[in-house]
Amino acid sequence: MKFEDEPVPGYPLPILPGHSSPGRLERLLRRGVFAVTTELDPPDSADPQDVFGRASIFDGYVDAINATDGSGANCHMSSVAVGALLARKGYAIVMQISCRDKNRIAIQGDILGAAAMGVCNILCLTGDGVQSGDHPQAKPVFDLDCMSLLEMARDMRENHRFQSGRKITYAPRVFLGAAANPFSQPFEWRADRLAKKVAAGAQFVQTQYCYDVPRLRAYMQQVEDLGLLGKVFILIGVGPLRSAKAAEWMRSNVPGVHIPDTVVKRLAGAEKQALEGRRICIDIINQVREIKGVAGIHVMAYRQEETVAEIIQQSGVLAGRAPWQPPRDTQPDPSDLNQEIA
Amino acid sequence: MRSVRHWAVRHARGLQRFYDGFEWVLVTLHPLWKRIGYARLEKPVAALERLTKGFMFDCQMCGQCVLSSTGMSCPMNCPKNLRNGPCGGVRANGNCEVDPQMRCVWVEAYEGSQRMVGGDKAIRVVQIAVDRRLEGKSSWLKVAREKGAAVEAAVEKL
Repeated sequence: MKFEDEPVPGYPLPILPGHSSPGRLERLLRRGVFAVTTELDPPDSADPQDVFGRASIFDGYVDAINATDGSGANCHMSSVAVGALLARKGYAIVMQISCRDKNRIAIQGDILGAAAMGVCNILCLTGDGVQSGDHPQAKPVFDLDCMSLLEMARDMRENHRFQSGRKITYAPRVFLGAAANPFSQPFEWRADRLAKKVAAGAQFVQTQYCYDVPRLRAYMQQVEDLGLLGKVFILIGVGPLRSAKAAEWMRSNVPGVHIPDTVVKRLAGAEKQALEGRRICIDIINQVREIKGVAGIHVMAYRQEETVAEIIQQSGVLAGRAPWQPPRDTQPDPSDLNQEIA
Repeated sequence: MRSVRHWAVRHARGLQRFYDGFEWVLVTLHPLWKRIGYARLEKPVAALERLTKGFMFDCQMCGQCVLSSTGMSCPMNCPKNLRNGPCGGVRANGNCEVDPQMRCVWVEAYEGSQRMVGGDKAIRVVQIAVDRRLEGKSSWLKVAREKGAAVEAAVEKL
């Protein structure tokens, strides 16, 4: 899907009236298109080709790619770098920022830098505690929480200033997102927490993995009751489970992941568990897309990213639409000297 | 002293009543504090505050107390210092992701807020980023100084 005013890759789209960013994701959501996003597993490497290779497997299937920021408190290539590399190619990037590793001085610098390099969407997260990652001996920073991070980023964009009050000459045009977890305690307050995030500046949210559709329905009802529909785009997190054993491991070791027993049983009873895991994921996609207020899905297939295309295709969630993809939708770069010489 | 901390949340309503009175006294005595000098008072008052609030709430002396907005459950006891609600990692039993033996301070906060007058509303207000310069300083004196000055300004206007 290519917009009529699509620029040379790496350059921003014109910002439409009422929009915050020059990005494709905001445009799609505001047009009411059911959006599909996914997550890139950042390489443990300094080779940009590793990033391009990992992104290319999603080509033609997703509208935006999340660049994670040390997810699970594990060290990988930074989200700023992954975001910048891919944005220059024309990909729509959702750059994650976690409050765990950086204070407000570093974060504000990263927001400016990332926006300068073509990142149009920023996901504001608190981040997992250091104890859950590969560097438990590290100092947890948590200078801000996701809420004060959202507020600060919005202030940079709207009022063109740092938290100190010092002026920013060209504000970061970014669409601001946050995470939501409808599946963890205290359930009755989860929608309120979303309301707070919206008040702090969240324009879209991506949720934790959804394996419990009835719980999601109850949450979405609370969200509607609080009058939040129409104020925030909600993308539901989904993902394939590789096996019953993997599901068991995930629900006891990954913070905030809730997998009901029925799902684990269905997996355990299947002959080909990985295939069944993908089927469950597709079933869930088809159930959540019918829920009022759901604006899209966020497919997370950690270490099985190659399954994302198949899941999206088989679920029919794109409804015949072909998301932007290189090289099909990229025009030649007029500033590319090689091309001029040729 | 997690048992005392839990007691404080269970008695959030009574503590709120106490705090309202206590704050009134603090603010009313603003002229006296001013005469003694806030700078001179800082050390002993902060020490007293650390002792009492440390015992009651496991206070971490952030210097910008929000207990009245968080159901008398101190959010700085959250390993992630979350001042705006629970993270997504709260366990099914309501305990903390980082410290499985500890009840999530925000699960406690919501409980406490339900017992307080207006607590329901206060807990929904977005708390701004912490000013780290105030760490270790007295919140009581900050309230007395700020509200006292506001009262003085209002009186002068009349």
